[in-house]
Order: sequence, then structure tokens, then C-alpha cells
Amino acid sequence: MIELEGLTKRYGEKVAVNNLSFTVRPGIITGFLGPNGAGKSTTMRMVLGLDRPTSGDVRIDGKHYDQLKDPLTYIGALLEAKAWHGGRSAYNHLLCLAQSNGIPASRVREVLDTVGLTAVARKKTKGFSLGMGQRLGIAGALLGDPRMLMFDEPVNGLDPEGIHWIRNLMKTLAAQGRTVFVSSHLMSEMALTADHLVVIGQGRLLADTSMADFIAENSRSYVRIRTPQREQLLDALHGAGIRVARPEAEVLEVDGDTSQTVGELAARHQIVLHELSPQRASLEEAFMQLTAESVEYHAHDGQPPGAVPGQQPPGRPPQQPWGSDWKRG
Amino acid sequence: MAAAQVVRSEWTKIRSVASTVWTLGLAVVVTIALGMLISALSKNEFSGLSERDQLSFDPTFVSFAGTSLGQLAMIVFGVLVVGNEYSSGMIRTSLAAVPRRGTFLAGKILVATVLALVVSMITSFAAFFLGQAMLGDLKASIGDPGVLRAVFGGGLYMTLIAMFSMGVAAMLRSPMLSLGILMPFFFLISNILGNVPATEKVGRFLPDQAGSRIMQVVTPLDDDVPYGPWGGLGIMVLWVIAALAGGYAVLKSRDA
Repeated sequence: MIELEGLTKRYGEKVAVNNLSFTVRPGIITGFLGPNGAGKSTTMRMVLGLDRPTSGDVRIDGKHYDQLKDPLTYIGALLEAKAWHGGRSAYNHLLCLAQSNGIPASRVREVLDTVGLTAVARKKTKGFSLGMGQRLGIAGALLGDPRMLMFDEPVNGLDPEGIHWIRNLMKTLAAQGRTVFVSSHLMSEMALTADHLVVIGQGRLLADTSMADFIAENSRSYVRIRTPQREQLLDALHGAGIRVARPEAEVLEVDGDTSQTVGELAARHQIVLHELSPQRASLEEAFMQLTAESVEYHAHDGQPPGAVPGQQPPGRPPQQPWGSDWKRG
Repeated sequence: MAAAQVVRSEWTKIRSVASTVWTLGLAVVVTIALGMLISALSKNEFSGLSERDQLSFDPTFVSFAGTSLGQLAMIVFGVLVVGNEYSSGMIRTSLAAVPRRGTFLAGKILVATVLALVVSMITSFAAFFLGQAMLGDLKASIGDPGVLRAVFGGGLYMTLIAMFSMGVAAMLRSPMLSLGILMPFFFLISNILGNVPATEKVGRFLPDQAGSRIMQVVTPLDDDVPYGPWGGLGIMVLWVIAALAGGYAVLKSRDA
């Protein structure tokens, strides 16, 4: 279990990580999602005690990282690619890590086999491809057979076969009851692997939810309706017992796959429709919406949106963007 | 034992990169070969020297003439042992494996120092005996007063130079920057400061100027240096301690 409590990291004026609190639980894959520069890597470095938090705390099974005896046997991490000396062989790289944590040399051969690098174990790592590098990094993470694993952007730059391999590996590790904490800037990747989702943007927590809930909230289908006879249509819909998501908005939205029903209803009441279009939200859009909000919030710091009545803040779409209410809903 | 594990790990690290072999190899070859060359040249030139210079001729020190160049290879060794961690990104992997930074740095410096000491001692003794062989009649014997101390001191000097470089590299966290400062400093600047009358009195307290005193057996005639061989080495040790303490402070306080 990894617990973050009010974790904050400042670099001078810039706040890289802002008061993050969440818990990474065992037995599931927790996806750590955010756009590039959101603070994911900084957070992970603080978990490992590489970067010192400005304030707040992060604990691994209740202890600070530097209080762990032989930390590689508690938590294994894949940080950025190629965090090793290119002149050293893969075997010797893993051997020096193993020795520092009292792990037997036989385990080095085991993990090399697991990641499929046995054939190149004696080769210098500077000749390794990106994919081989990721495999070596993962071998290092698995070395101590730890209960917790942390992967920073493990699929970055990998070919489809490598991506497939890493996905299956993470699922296997979680199924063994381990804690798997994996960062990505790709929603589509997380949707395929993660059971739980932590979303950050600009260093602050935007969502901490199960993947199933996130999908249910964000992949809703609805019907977009524009009509010059708003009031009549609203009455008709009300009469038919169909709920309108935001009756006050200019463009009406009706939840569900109901374009046929709405169209027939409008025809019966002789209401002119300018638009009647079924919509389906993708998770990628939901994620972009979520994180765009955080970017926007910073761009208009000190001038909260809606502070000037009747005037749209610059850069805002004319109506309230759909999905911005998903947390409320 | 955590410390023993770190030492084993650092030994694996140091023996598994090519730079260890070529830097130390170069230090051995250059120190010995240049020492032999200058010893041979000194033998031929001796009869042409003034009586004054003949009186202060120091055959032991002459055989260590290669140290001035060989120490540069030792500097590269010391810088790369520590600096490669930073330039390769290995430091993050290393500190994730050994989060107690003091233990990590101490283990690394201990292993590199012991290796440097063994190589330096072999080099120093080899440079002395091979250099004396070149000097013919002028040669000193290992049993002469002060000679064993000088030869032993030559090994210590080379080791301390490597340690000083490790400390500087830990402070600067970049091998290129460290070499860019240390190489010209020890090859040129220190010599200039130590030989120009205006700066001589300060220059003699620089680590290499003070430390190399231990390799002298015959004191120059007009010598007014305020420390002896061991005093000079002590000054060098203080520099090394300061560099390592600075390196530790930086490693302890900075984000990796």
C-alpha cells in the first residue's frame, strides 16, 4: 500500500505537485493519469525518496522509503527509460542492484528470463533498443520480488507486441495480489489495463475513482437537440416523461439512445428541429475535458470563471462543455 | 549487513565498466614510462648541471616525474567513478536501491579508494625501481633515509588525488564539468600559482603542491616551505576531507 498525504513539490515559484492525497491499494492496477508535465514522474520520484517533498508525506506500508531495509524487496520501480550506465552489461547492472539489497545472483538470471533478455544479458546496454531498455528496467523492478510495483509510462515508445506484453505482465502481477501503480498520459491505455484511476492535472488531484465508475460516468450516450421552438419541445418532452439534462441550455441534451423517440415526438407536435444527433462520449474526450479544465483554471488564476455575469471568459466554449459536470452527476 | 551489501554492489559496478580499466591502466603506464624517460634524460644531463643543482639532485623525486601526467588519469578515474552515476541517470536507480545516501556514497568511495590505493602503490614502487634502474650511478636505494617514505607517499598521493576528484564530482554532479575544472587546475594552474613568486606562498597550500612534498627526499637548498613531507600530505588530506564533505552535503540535500 502506498499512501500519499498532502504531497506537495515546489520548484521555486512553480508548483509541480499540489497537495496530493490518495492511496494505492494492493491487488489491483491503479492508473495514474495526467497530461505530460502534470507531475506524475515527480510524484513517483517522491515515493522513492529521490525528490524531497516541499510538504506532505508519502509512506510505503506505513514507512518512509529510506526506512525500508532492502527497499527493492518492498517496491520495485521502473522510472524513466535508461536510468543506468550504458557501458555495463544487463547482467552486471542487475547484479549490482541485487547485491545492494541482499538478493541472490540466481534471481538476476530469473528476471532476465522473465523479461526475455537472457540472450543479450552479457551485452552492453547502450546498444539496447527502447523496448529492450524498458524490459531491463522492468527486470530491475521485479528483482526483489516486491509486493508493490510502480511503472512510469511503461508503454512509451514500445511496439504493439511490447505494449501487449507489459499489459499482460501488469495484470498478472495484480492478480498475484501485488500493488501495481502505473502512470500514463494515454486514457485509452489506462482503460485497457487499470482497475482504479487517479487523474492529476497541473499537479493537483482531479479524480480518484474506480475505472468502472469513470467509464459509466463518462461514456454516456445522449441526443443533442437544437430547435427554434424550445419551450414547446420542452413541454412535449416533459409530457412524455423524458428528462432533459439541462433545460436552461440553448442546446438541449437528452440522455440515452433516444433520437427516434424525440424525433417522433417532435413530429407529432409539429415542432421544427434544426438538429437531432445521437452522441457518444469517448473516455479520451472525457479525460481531455477533465485536464483541460485544470489548465484553464491556471490560465485564469484569480479570476474564477463566471465571475463576470453575462460575459464568457475568453477561451471558453459558448455553452458549458458537456461532461464538466460528471463529478457532480 | 547493509554496508557490506553496498560495498559488494559498488565493487560489481566498478569492475564492470571499461573506464575503470583504461583510466587506471593509463595512470600506471604514463606514470612509470614518463618517470623512466625523465630519469634516463636526467642521468645524461647530470654532468652538465651546476654544482648547486647537483647537490640538490633528488633521484627518488626524479623517478616520480611521471606523476604530474599520470595523476591526470587518476583524476579521470575519480571523476568517472562518481560522475558517471549522474551522466547516465544511474544515480536514480542506485538511490532507489540504497536510499541511505551517506551509506551509498561511503560505499562507493571506499571501494574506489581501495582500488586506487592498490594500483597507486604498485605504480609508485614500480616507478621508483624502474626509474632508479635508468639513473645508473645516481640511483637511490630503497634503504636510504627517507626513500621508503617517499615511495610509499607517492602511492598515497595518487590515491588522495583520486579521492579529491571523487569529492569534486559528487559536488558538481557532472563528469564533464568536473574534468573541465580539475584537469586544467592540476595540469597548469596549480603549477603556475606554485611557481610564480607573487602567488607562491598561497600556491604551496594547494592539494597537489602540498601533497607532492612527500615524494621529495632531498630538500632544495633555499627551501622555505613551512611544512615537511607529512605536514604537506596532511594539508592534502584536509582538502580531500573538504571535497568529500562537500560532495556528501550536496548528495544529501539535492533531489536526485
